[in-house]
Amino acid sequence: MVKLAYVQLAGCCGCLVSLADTYERLLEILDAVDLVYCQTLMDEREVPSCDVCIVEGAVCLNHEHMVEEVKEIERKADTIVALGACAATGNFMRHSRGNQRGRPTHEAFVPVTEVLDVDYAVPGCPPSPETIETFLVLLLEGKEELLKPFAELAKKTSYCGCDLMEEIINKSMCMGCGTCAANCPARAIEMIDGRPVLNKDRCIKCGACIVSCPRFLWIGDEPIIKAFDVGKVEEGGE
Amino acid sequence: MAEDLRDVMVKGDEEALGPHIGVFTARSTDGRILKVSQDGGIVSAVAIYGLEEGIFDGFVASVADPDDPEEPWKPRPVVITDPDEVLEAAGTKYTYCPNVSALKEAITTKACESIMFVGTPCQVRAVRKLQIVPLGMRHFPEKVKLVMGIICMENFPYEGLRSIVEELCGVWMREVAKFDIGKGKFWVFTKDGDVVSIPIDETHPFEGEPCHVCTDYCAELSDITAGSVGSPDGWSTVIVRTPKGLEILQDMVDKGLLEVKSIEEVKPGLGLVEKLAQVKKNKNAKEIEEREELNLPRPGEVFTKV
Ligand SMILES: Cc1cc2nc3c(=O)[nH]c(=O)nc-3n(C[C@H](O)[C@H](O)[C@H](O)COP(=O)(O)OP(=O)(O)OC[C@H]3O[C@@H](n4cnc5c(N)ncnc54)[C@H](O)[C@@H]3O)c2cc1C
Ligand code: SF4
Ligand code: SF4
Repeated sequence: MVKLAYVQLAGCCGCLVSLADTYERLLEILDAVDLVYCQTLMDEREVPSCDVCIVEGAVCLNHEHMVEEVKEIERKADTIVALGACAATGNFMRHSRGNQRGRPTHEAFVPVTEVLDVDYAVPGCPPSPETIETFLVLLLEGKEELLKPFAELAKKTSYCGCDLMEEIINKSMCMGCGTCAANCPARAIEMIDGRPVLNKDRCIKCGACIVSCPRFLWIGDEPIIKAFDVGKVEEGGE
Repeated sequence: MAEDLRDVMVKGDEEALGPHIGVFTARSTDGRILKVSQDGGIVSAVAIYGLEEGIFDGFVASVADPDDPEEPWKPRPVVITDPDEVLEAAGTKYTYCPNVSALKEAITTKACESIMFVGTPCQVRAVRKLQIVPLGMRHFPEKVKLVMGIICMENFPYEGLRSIVEELCGVWMREVAKFDIGKGKFWVFTKDGDVVSIPIDETHPFEGEPCHVCTDYCAELSDITAGSVGSPDGWSTVIVRTPKGLEILQDMVDKGLLEVKSIEEVKPGLGLVEKLAQVKKNKNAKEIEEREELNLPRPGEVFTKV
């Protein structure tokens, strides 16, 4: 069974709540893994060796102990997952100017992707329950092809809606489907004249837009043909 | 006794058309639909049937206002929940309309639980990707119940369409009642009943460049695809791809909502669909290669350069 650790860093715990929002499917997922570490749910003090470590929240570089703990993950886990925008790209933690009362000098909050070699990042603040569930199922089934969008997202530490302009529109690739706008959690994208136009003030730099764009990254026809029985003639009949 | 679609359908070349169960020719039996639909009104008929039967509670499509004072005929996506409003979205607008963006509105604002989506082949692909990996979507995958594709050779940016209509055809956009492409021509039907056409070759300079890297003519990953090519005027070529699509169409035939024919009985027939699908594939595969020589990325393989 896959040994799974869940580490919470600086953030709001919303990702864990969203994971729990998968309800009965959460139980199925928990049945399929051996949860070896999760501070909210169990009394285990140190991240043990594990196959997969899911990290939620940002790293505070001013917090020596936290940095050490995070560095430790690289030695303990085979696969590292940044769950949610704080871990993946920083999110609003980047706007921190001093932590809560006890730690007024803490302001260097960065995504886990800046500190560790992360394998997969899941976008969203929080990622939707369906996104988390889909990701975990694909991960447990080892479907690397379909994990590609998550692997791509983990490659950079910061995104912007303007990536669409540079990578897609400026390459004469944007066919105006509106997928990026539908996926933006901040409603920062408006479709004008069949192309995405970014409202920079709203963008939380999460990268959900570009990884969802079919022209940026295509997952292959085969999984779709299989999932929806495209071309499948039903057996039987009279 | 209504016809069994399995007896009417034929199979075509999957290389060209994409995986499918069968192809046939059909039109709606409802005169109100045929009056405003592009071809046989299959898309609108499926949407009306689905909304009336309660199979869908939302239909994501594209509407345009021909009388808009600034930008007549500029389409925008809509979420239709009332079967009486389906026909407002009927007819082809030959310019980009971001239908996929309206899925968010359908789910979050209109709280739809079972959605029918219609779009071009690239849009069908976009929706399918999200159904498999719902990256930034909330409460998404299981709510899209039917994905209908419309056959598409290319699309035009709005100003491109306007140039074709106003400069080449000599008709003001606001005078247009219907656009069409067929028989090697681009057609404009005016509100006054005039018909103007120009050879399709003259429209090529106005085609959207992003369409030239698309090799999907028949919306190969849809549940059902509808197009005009292959069938006579006023009829649609229907490609059934999934068991779910077949079930819906068969029920519509049983209920007398669709009139169907074998595509082998009609002219120009399936051969033309296959031929044009292959033309699109070859032409655009070549364009992708040429772009690679300019160091431009392949569609779907842009990735992040680190
Ligand atoms: C850009 C474009 C190019 C096309 N090229 C071809 C072609 O080369 N060969 C061919 O056989 N058929 C082509 N079609 C399809 C054809 O014009 C008809 O849409 C199709 O036959 C369905 O007809 P119908 O009578 O069943 O649809 P209707 O009942 O009239 O419904 C059509 C549906 O399509 C939606 N729609 C219209 N315009 C757009 C748009 N721009 N983007 C997304 N959705 C839209 C409408 O909202 C409506 O619900 C093209 C369509 C488009 C939009
Ligand atoms: S535009 Fe939206 S989806 Fe894209 S990076 Fe900004 S917030 Fe994220
Ligand atoms: S998802 Fe990609 S192709 Fe679609 S509108 Fe956005 S940038 Fe363009």
